[in-house]
Amino acid sequence: MTAQGWFQISVFFLAVLALAKPLGIYMARFFEHERTFFDPVARPVERIIYKLTRVDEQHEMRWTEYGAAMLMFSVVSMLLLYVFLRLQHFLPLNPQGFPGAAPDLSFNTAASFTTNTNWQAYVPETTVSYLTQMAGLAYHNFVSAAVGIALAIAFIRGIARHERETIGNFWVDMTRATLWLLLPVCIGFSIVLVSQGVLQNLKPYQTVKLVQPQRSADGKVTSTQTLAMGPVASQEAIKMFGTNGGGFFNANSAHPFENPTPLSNFLEMLAIFAIPSGLTYTLGRMTGSQRHGWAVWSAMAVLFLVGGTTVYWAESHGNPLLHGVDEQHTASQSGGNMEGKEVRFGIAGSALFATATTDASCGAVNSMHDSYMPLGGMVLLVNILLGEVVFGGVGAGMYGILIFIILTVFIAGLMVGRTPEYLGKKIEAYDVKMAMLAILILPLLILVFTAISVVWPSFLASIANPGPHGLSEIFYAFASGAGNNGSAFAGLNANTLWYNTTLGVDMLFGRFLMIIPMLAIAGNLARKKTVPASPGTFPVATPTFAVLLMSVILVVGALTYFPVLSLGPVLEHLLMAAGKVF
Amino acid sequence: MKKHFVNAVLMTVVTTVLLGIVYPLAVTAIAQVLFRSKADGQIIYRNGQAIGSRIIGQPFTGPEYFHSRPSAAGDGYDAAQSGGSNLSPTNHILVEDVEKRVKAEQVGSNPVPIDLVTASASGLDPDISPAAAYYQMARVAHSRGIPESAVQSLIERHTQRRQLGFLGASHVNVLELNLALDRLYPVHN
Repeated sequence: MTAQGWFQISVFFLAVLALAKPLGIYMARFFEHERTFFDPVARPVERIIYKLTRVDEQHEMRWTEYGAAMLMFSVVSMLLLYVFLRLQHFLPLNPQGFPGAAPDLSFNTAASFTTNTNWQAYVPETTVSYLTQMAGLAYHNFVSAAVGIALAIAFIRGIARHERETIGNFWVDMTRATLWLLLPVCIGFSIVLVSQGVLQNLKPYQTVKLVQPQRSADGKVTSTQTLAMGPVASQEAIKMFGTNGGGFFNANSAHPFENPTPLSNFLEMLAIFAIPSGLTYTLGRMTGSQRHGWAVWSAMAVLFLVGGTTVYWAESHGNPLLHGVDEQHTASQSGGNMEGKEVRFGIAGSALFATATTDASCGAVNSMHDSYMPLGGMVLLVNILLGEVVFGGVGAGMYGILIFIILTVFIAGLMVGRTPEYLGKKIEAYDVKMAMLAILILPLLILVFTAISVVWPSFLASIANPGPHGLSEIFYAFASGAGNNGSAFAGLNANTLWYNTTLGVDMLFGRFLMIIPMLAIAGNLARKKTVPASPGTFPVATPTFAVLLMSVILVVGALTYFPVLSLGPVLEHLLMAAGKVF
Repeated sequence: MKKHFVNAVLMTVVTTVLLGIVYPLAVTAIAQVLFRSKADGQIIYRNGQAIGSRIIGQPFTGPEYFHSRPSAAGDGYDAAQSGGSNLSPTNHILVEDVEKRVKAEQVGSNPVPIDLVTASASGLDPDISPAAAYYQMARVAHSRGIPESAVQSLIERHTQRRQLGFLGASHVNVLELNLALDRLYPVHN
């Protein structure tokens, strides 16, 4: 661990902090139809879209209608992506002539990108055409992010409104999220990425002559290298800013054409946290309790720093099982565990990226998580298992933490023996039941699917790393799917009928079965009367609240997952310390 | 319900055109005007022949070139099939692979810089650490029959420091370094 490493982490942290307020205010303004500087550009386009799609922008929706519209849009757009994948060989912009993808892989991928997961069971540069990337995959990067943000805003409206039946208009919210925020930022961001060396072209793959032809052990001579090309930057920008994480290439943000410099790396990490961090400010502003917004932000920030520091520490120390190597940090090398990491990012730039991508439900990687030290990899896994509420995915992190907040005020209420309240709303049995449903769906999916996969020999055959790490690989896959993260312990061969199907279901249920109870709470809260705060009200704008919120998140996670974690990464760490290899 | 279905279909079509076609094509047009070479992958030409991308690693073997990092992309540095080894730290294959690579690279009993014997995340890492470059200095100088000081100053010139002074880690681009070697001190067969 080095001074520059810590400095890089500190600058990143301060940049996230600095962005929260301006972005938070901006989002609150355009979602509440207040005037913003961008209206002259976005408003005319918005009108055209509503005209073309026959949307009545004045219409307000109850939570059931809001949810139905959201589900309908997700189903239709998911079907379109499935068609793109299956039929890409009949469509243009396929210079490599890739055939259509198999049905199970197409289902898995369509589910993955519709749910903002971006789990990738395929190798992009050998599987999907440029059209599928642009109009299928990158397109879903935009709309799944817009849907997430819309849902978070709908939930916040549910808290802010009182004695109202409605929580907004789904079509308007997702359109505004796109036109006022995602699209303009991504145009600028993608050009900045190109300036650093990210590709943006529609050329076929380029063949170059190697400087030194290579002869392999079996006498085969390789004298050329084929460079994959494509419209990368436009996808990279929304992949990070929308916390999607689906790489244009198999190596994702580790690929020099996706993430060429330490600066592009820094900006990509910042893009992951920008919207989720800003939404905490939006929460404060729309509910009239700015200090509550900051209390939530602080709880997230502490969990982020604890996780990031642990990963940085674990990876800096290197692998004790390797001999004859120099893993020390010096002025001329970053040292540490460099398997699966890129030299230009170093340990700090890799550990920080890995922490951010698993805290948020991003799932982009600039280093291979499967090759992390047991404890470093465990933190990444835990970040996902906690529900990805440490800033979290765009929108998903916000409604995720709101579920935990409801649980927190409920527990605080139990402690003092009063009906819990949250920002002037009584939290009653219905709300708590729905919150518990939303919380329980993830462990149900993750643990059940993992359990089935580890007892069936043919499912175990997908494991790449034997020993306790094999369990971690399968566990990580279902956690990543249900949590809509999309990163992987990628040694696992997941492109099989079993994993494609179950992970597809895992991702769809993980997203939509959490959203429905969440919307039910939003609708129920909007209907309630506001009660004035009394001396018995548990304040939600204090450090005490932030600490209690963190404790609830950690306790729920630990109680649910400790047994599996102890059989996976913890056991691997102990055996590694004893010098055991598998 | 029927109304939402109509909205959903129309919304999918309209946004696919806007976000899936117009946006990437517009970005491509801007990028091609402003940063053509970068948008096209920074291809390096020698005598009119494309010999690589400046930011994509290539394999180098033999004593006269600086070696790149081990690669798990395809059969090694396959730039149409990027990826890491995904071996866990406790996998015996990793331990044995590193042992073999150490044997191949080691000078005397000096420990080998870790990045030189571990596979990168992309399998296309264009860089090695300055430590890994200095480690190979004596071998390269000897096999080209030139003084070590000449190679040393070449490494120094090709070392990229932390960006903005604190971002990432300092690194040496192997392809550029080897091309400079070939230009200044060609090997006479």
